[in-house]
Amino acid sequence: MSRPGSPTQTWTNPLRDARDKRLPRIAGPSGLVLFGVTGDLARKKLMPAIYDLANRGLLPPGFALVGFARRNWADEDFAEVVHDAVREHARTPFRSEVWDRLAEGLRFVQGTFDDDDAFDRLAATVTELDTERGTNGNHAFYLSIPPDAFPTVCKQLSRSGLADSTEDAWRRVVIEKPFGHDLHSARELNGIVNDVFPEDSVFRIDHYLGKETVQNLLALRFANELFEPIWNSHHVDHVQITMAEDIGVGGRAGYYDGIGAARDVIQNHLLQLLALTAMEEPLSFSPHDLREEKIKVLSATKLAEPMDETTARGQYAAGWQGSSEVKGLQQEEGFPSDSVTETYAAITCQVDTRRWAGVPFYLRTGKRLGRRVTEIAVVFKRAPHLPFDQTMTEELGQNALVVRVQPDEGVTLRFGSKVPGSGMEVRDVTMDFGYGTAFTEASPEAYERLLLDVLLGEPSLFPTNTEVELSWRILDPVIEKWHREGSPDAYAAGTWGPRSADELLSRTGRVWRRP
Amino acid sequence: MIVDLPSTDTSAVNRKMVELRESAGAVALGRVLTLVISTEDGPGAESAIQAANDASREHPCRVLVLARGLRRAASRLDAQIRIGGDAGASEVIVLRMYGPLSDQGGSIIVPLLLPDAPIVAWWPGEPPVAPAEDPIGAVAGRRITDVSTTRSPSKTLARLGGRFRAGDTDLAWTRITSWRALLTAALDEPPHEDVTRVEVSGEADSASADLLAGWLASRLGVPVERTSAEVPGGGVGAVRLERASGAVELRRLDGKTSRLSQPGQPTRRVALPRRTVRECLAEELRRLDPDEIFREALENVPRNGSRRSSRAKVKS
Repeated sequence: MSRPGSPTQTWTNPLRDARDKRLPRIAGPSGLVLFGVTGDLARKKLMPAIYDLANRGLLPPGFALVGFARRNWADEDFAEVVHDAVREHARTPFRSEVWDRLAEGLRFVQGTFDDDDAFDRLAATVTELDTERGTNGNHAFYLSIPPDAFPTVCKQLSRSGLADSTEDAWRRVVIEKPFGHDLHSARELNGIVNDVFPEDSVFRIDHYLGKETVQNLLALRFANELFEPIWNSHHVDHVQITMAEDIGVGGRAGYYDGIGAARDVIQNHLLQLLALTAMEEPLSFSPHDLREEKIKVLSATKLAEPMDETTARGQYAAGWQGSSEVKGLQQEEGFPSDSVTETYAAITCQVDTRRWAGVPFYLRTGKRLGRRVTEIAVVFKRAPHLPFDQTMTEELGQNALVVRVQPDEGVTLRFGSKVPGSGMEVRDVTMDFGYGTAFTEASPEAYERLLLDVLLGEPSLFPTNTEVELSWRILDPVIEKWHREGSPDAYAAGTWGPRSADELLSRTGRVWRRP
Repeated sequence: MIVDLPSTDTSAVNRKMVELRESAGAVALGRVLTLVISTEDGPGAESAIQAANDASREHPCRVLVLARGLRRAASRLDAQIRIGGDAGASEVIVLRMYGPLSDQGGSIIVPLLLPDAPIVAWWPGEPPVAPAEDPIGAVAGRRITDVSTTRSPSKTLARLGGRFRAGDTDLAWTRITSWRALLTAALDEPPHEDVTRVEVSGEADSASADLLAGWLASRLGVPVERTSAEVPGGGVGAVRLERASGAVELRRLDGKTSRLSQPGQPTRRVALPRRTVRECLAEELRRLDPDEIFREALENVPRNGSRRSSRAKVKS
């Protein structure tokens, strides 16, 4: 089926040629309507990303950005907010000629989500833009708002006719995590969104998937001969996927309390990373084929039992985060002093396929940990036979391939090497590939890529409905268990999590990597 | 850090590089390519190094600068190694060659090339008669020339076109990527009618306008008229693609902005800043495979006979 707005099959643009790799793909005529313009994400990420895209010449001439919020702003006030956000956070240098063109397409509509009149005005603004700026009826709605407002906004978009795609004009909706808080609520949410927008018009943003390193994971695995032969249970001992943050959740109580680390991070980011690490080779890199493989591997994934021994959770207590003294979660503003929300979660997954039988995938995430880092570590088995005696290899660990997602994107390979000297002694060394040193310092922000993909209607980096529901199916049992069991284990801020997490690995003779 | 090695030889330079890596850890091995800049010694050399340093932030590379000095002097090689802050994200080796040695650039670079990494040659000034047959061009997989810096860009381009080999490219081509992208995107939109006639206007000696006309001719297979007009700041002035329902026109208004008009759409201004050498070089280094589209454009550059002077001038 051809997407609305895409050129018909019979006509091909004579100026395009697959061999012409210089030509960037500029989005077709279109506009973006942003809900939640006053939020942090909008100011720090979305607005700068839009400017950066414009600066790189990837936005269509006449691109329009409409802000919708309760504030009593005129178009100029909104323009100033965007201007300041761009000035402060954009990645590429500020050029007045680019900004002037972008500013011509900025509009603001004032209103609340339950205000019919405001949405009628929004519809009128959008129509006006179609004639004034030539956006041709193509509009994406970015819902950077709390999920409990989704039903109202979706209904309003539907009522005012804003959600209706036609043969030659598309309407798309972009939503951010959390996609529900369990399988049931995720289905409900998908139902609400899909009532108004068909699934192929829904773009769920998981900004991790827009990161270069994550996409490079696919290149690393499937473009090389070196890694794929050992990428299985014959050679891999276990896999650790870590996303650690050094910040706490102060100021985010409204969202975070009762949600916790597992729902906030494992359900989306970590299970997506697991899927990309464990999936089979896709038939092609088309969105459809990629999704097929991710869905297959997620369907084969489940929590390892018994959960008492394979999961751990924690909550940060007061402590020293590096050089600053910080509060514990229960003392953070907005959190009850008996909050049982976990800020650290570790789970063990098993992937029931021939490739991965018996290889545990350890997923952990936490706030107020030692430092900010996200990585995928594939830890290999020890060599089956060592022609050295014990003393020679005392300091030799297991080989590991570490994909560093952030910061300092790159790949590290750890292996044994002889220590210089007359004796034979083998010790771990690392071989390092820094994405930044081999390629680009100026690699685009994840949001740039993702926003452009939305405008181009290119869904490969967005998780589908099915993937979201499968992830909840994997995670739900442990969330229910924790819900029954009272409070999480405390860990001091600035450390690498509660002792129960270390025990989780030491039961099988393994240790967490210190990332 | 800048290390000067006056009156030296290439093995001493190599030894010094290894020494610097061991002592300072400053010279990483993660370089993706060797960029050889071939130029006359002088102020032009320094601005080329600057552009390469900037481009290296996107493509860390080893930059070998071959600066040809006085030919009448005795044979001598002066080297200078720049790493760290003085070299962007790359390592720069400036080799100043004097006397008979100055024609031996091809052999001087051999011991200094990175193992297994692609080699790109760049002539920021007057290019050799046939880049692929030049001793430096012959070892390079990609040869970048810049005819716009020569005395007669259009003629030089035609000359290079006659000796074209896969791997050749020119910054005059890189400078029109944004033009090409905007025109392509404009044709993406309905009505999807055939283009019947094309007019490209630009400065009489603009190689970029020539290439744009050549590209459109090769893609569309229709008559392309290359007219000359004065353009403030030089280069391409306007492109007009005629179709049954009306013309798509992209016209430069000033050095930063252009105007796009097409049937069924409001006329819009589009940011179209002139591209700097640094941006162009970064784009060139992004693709190291032969550029067939460039070859086709080059082959289809309208010859002098089909040009006429247009009275239409571009407003400043």
